[in-house]
Amino acid sequence: MKQVTPISITGGRIVTSDGIVEGNLRLVDGLIAAVGEAPQDEDVLVDAGGKLVTPGLVDLGVFAIDKPAFHFGGITRAALMPDQSPPLDHPARVRFAAQSGKPDFWVHPLAAATAALDGSSLAEIALMRDAGARAIATGRHWIADSGVMLRLLQYAAMLDMVVIAHAEDGAISGRASATAGEMATRLGLPSAPAEAEALAVARDIALAELAGARLHFRQVTTRAALDLVRAAKARGVPVTAGVTPAHFMLSDLALAEYRTFARLSPPLRSQQDREAVIEAIGDGTIDVIASGHDPRGPEEKRLPFADAEPGMAGAETLLPMTLTLMRDGVISTERTFDLIASNPARLLGVQAGALRVGFEADVAIVDAEKPWVVDSREMTALAGNTPFDGQPVQGSVTALWKGGVAVAL
Amino acid sequence: MTDLLEEIARFCAHHDMSETRFGELVLNDKPFVSQLRAGRDIRSSTVEKIRAFIRDFEASEGAVPPTRASVSGRFPTGGRAFPHRDLISIGALQTHEILFLLEEAEQWVELNRQPSKHNDALAGLTIINAFFENSTRTLLSFEIAGKRLGADVVNMHAAQSSVKKGETLIDTTVTLNAMRADAIVIRHGSSGAVGLIADKVDCPVLNAGDGQHEHPTQALLDALALRHKLRERGEMSADGMFNGLAVTICGDILHSRVARSNILCLQALGATVRLCAPPALMPREVEAMGVDVFHRFDQALDGADVVMMLRLQNERMDGQFIPSPREYHHLYGLTQERLALASPEAIVMHPGPMNRGVEIDSDVAEMAERSIITSQVEMGVAIRMACLDVLTRKERKVSGWGEGEWV
Repeated sequence: MKQVTPISITGGRIVTSDGIVEGNLRLVDGLIAAVGEAPQDEDVLVDAGGKLVTPGLVDLGVFAIDKPAFHFGGITRAALMPDQSPPLDHPARVRFAAQSGKPDFWVHPLAAATAALDGSSLAEIALMRDAGARAIATGRHWIADSGVMLRLLQYAAMLDMVVIAHAEDGAISGRASATAGEMATRLGLPSAPAEAEALAVARDIALAELAGARLHFRQVTTRAALDLVRAAKARGVPVTAGVTPAHFMLSDLALAEYRTFARLSPPLRSQQDREAVIEAIGDGTIDVIASGHDPRGPEEKRLPFADAEPGMAGAETLLPMTLTLMRDGVISTERTFDLIASNPARLLGVQAGALRVGFEADVAIVDAEKPWVVDSREMTALAGNTPFDGQPVQGSVTALWKGGVAVAL
Repeated sequence: MTDLLEEIARFCAHHDMSETRFGELVLNDKPFVSQLRAGRDIRSSTVEKIRAFIRDFEASEGAVPPTRASVSGRFPTGGRAFPHRDLISIGALQTHEILFLLEEAEQWVELNRQPSKHNDALAGLTIINAFFENSTRTLLSFEIAGKRLGADVVNMHAAQSSVKKGETLIDTTVTLNAMRADAIVIRHGSSGAVGLIADKVDCPVLNAGDGQHEHPTQALLDALALRHKLRERGEMSADGMFNGLAVTICGDILHSRVARSNILCLQALGATVRLCAPPALMPREVEAMGVDVFHRFDQALDGADVVMMLRLQNERMDGQFIPSPREYHHLYGLTQERLALASPEAIVMHPGPMNRGVEIDSDVAEMAERSIITSQVEMGVAIRMACLDVLTRKERKVSGWGEGEWV
């Protein structure tokens, strides 16, 4: 499935990192050939009708390969978390995972930091890198042993790979399913203080500075932890931070009536922390917004809250939820797509995620205003576990190309 | 003999009692009255026994004002007095609904003090006690309550482990529902589990404790026991409220559903609640529930009218929360000396099971004038009878309970 004929997308507002370009986007041989130049005679013309022409989304940190949902959400590449069964801690599994989505979807496997994700012995990271792993991840949990974490970061620095860490002190969070606060107290849910995140972030920043490694926190969701990231960035530490829409759209009030679709890891935070996340997206402390796509069926969700598995099916709602920040004036249109495409692509070291000449022709046409209602029963994902069920949203993908080849939506 | 027969007939008519029931109650001999009418010879001692029964029965009726009458006057009529299908949490109840259940329980307190503790109100109904978590006293209390109301009571013990496997909880629920239970009493180790189950069944569900969330019948029985003690002392207000009463709850608040239900219930009835626990066992931001938080027991006791002690729930603790039971007793054990800090004649309560020598000293637990711990157990049966009675009224087509808004 290679691109055969050149394509020109005309009449769109092309979103590049440097601003919006009115004009034509030309895709040739699976790559972006020109931005803003007139179409040529042999081109197939596609009229964007004044909509946004954007890079295909790059989703940093998903738990399942769920192509229909990714395509619905305009996602053309996803970094797959190593928390699979069996885990991605072996080169062969990484190689298999890297092939699993082609040709119309690219999976970038994340190498498990430790064998079986047990947090104690380092996995064969260099072999996995050569099998296609684009970065290293600690998985759903942090690495409790600071010695192991330090050696991991030193090793990753030597291999020039980013380490994607889960920022939650496991000894404090324990079996908690909520953030300690009024909501957890009233509902009687096992809870952990929000500071469990700041503790983990503080330690990992210190170790990354020591090791000279690049560190990315997959989700930073509290004011205290965001302050630590902000300060580290200011003194030049190569640290980046991500978040998922749930933590800027919802607070722990969503736990009311024990709705297990709102059982997430890390758990939903207080309204103050939610506001801090929005602020951090606005001021650049947060670099990446990802879906954290983790479809869970009824056998994992139709349970008492604390017994249910954490996670949400987020691929379909990543774009509209991020667009709410744009509409609210928190971020510009360009920055919106930096957060969901260019920045994650840069972390993974792939030439994609931006509409720039020579980059992969992963392109979406986005109708940023199109209204629709999230309905957990009608989702294309493997499961409908979305905390946004019933919520009206705006923004949807009307056309999608992966490597210059149109994807059926 | 005709005199006696007439007396019996008059008594039965007045108290709406069948002749067989009368025979059973007095002599444990159902056909007695009809045999008497047919000319059965009886001894004078038997005649005395019958007359004594009638006399005592009417005397006890006279001593206790018929609660039914007072209930009907104070609360909305019919189902509007308690428009809930289930009893999941105190948090979902209005103050007048709590008062209604307490009033309803009074008649069962009386019945339970009779030699014959039986009423056929729920005859023919099936009640399932589904306990997904170990329990002795609550299960026993619900079982006795159901049986005294004449229902068929079945106990189901489900090991906690089997419930955690995938769909089993919902499947178990669907199974119970298919057996056409008329009420299901559920205890489960996870907060919110009883509400989840209630959504899947067609009959009333009573929460007998869900995780660390709520244990509504415990809070109700505590209120009832407290009311009886205050009434005995002549300190109970006529409206049934606890306005101005200061209640100190001390112990493992973090893991306690009893504490949560009691905070809500006592506050709804006008009492002020103080909580006392070491920081690790105090839930975060519990002040938002309108309670005063203490970590020093002596301060929490100062001037308290009621002291409610809770046990350390070691089975729910994930790791170590206190250094040792001995040290816990040193800081938080209710001793005679500590109790002296509370208001004179302060009432001592404990939902049980007690760990004597840890949170409460034996001599405090057994202070006849102060401790109402055994009364709490007694009231438990009555309150559960009231709840089972009220929640099944719609199914039993009790007049006024069929229609109206139902939440």
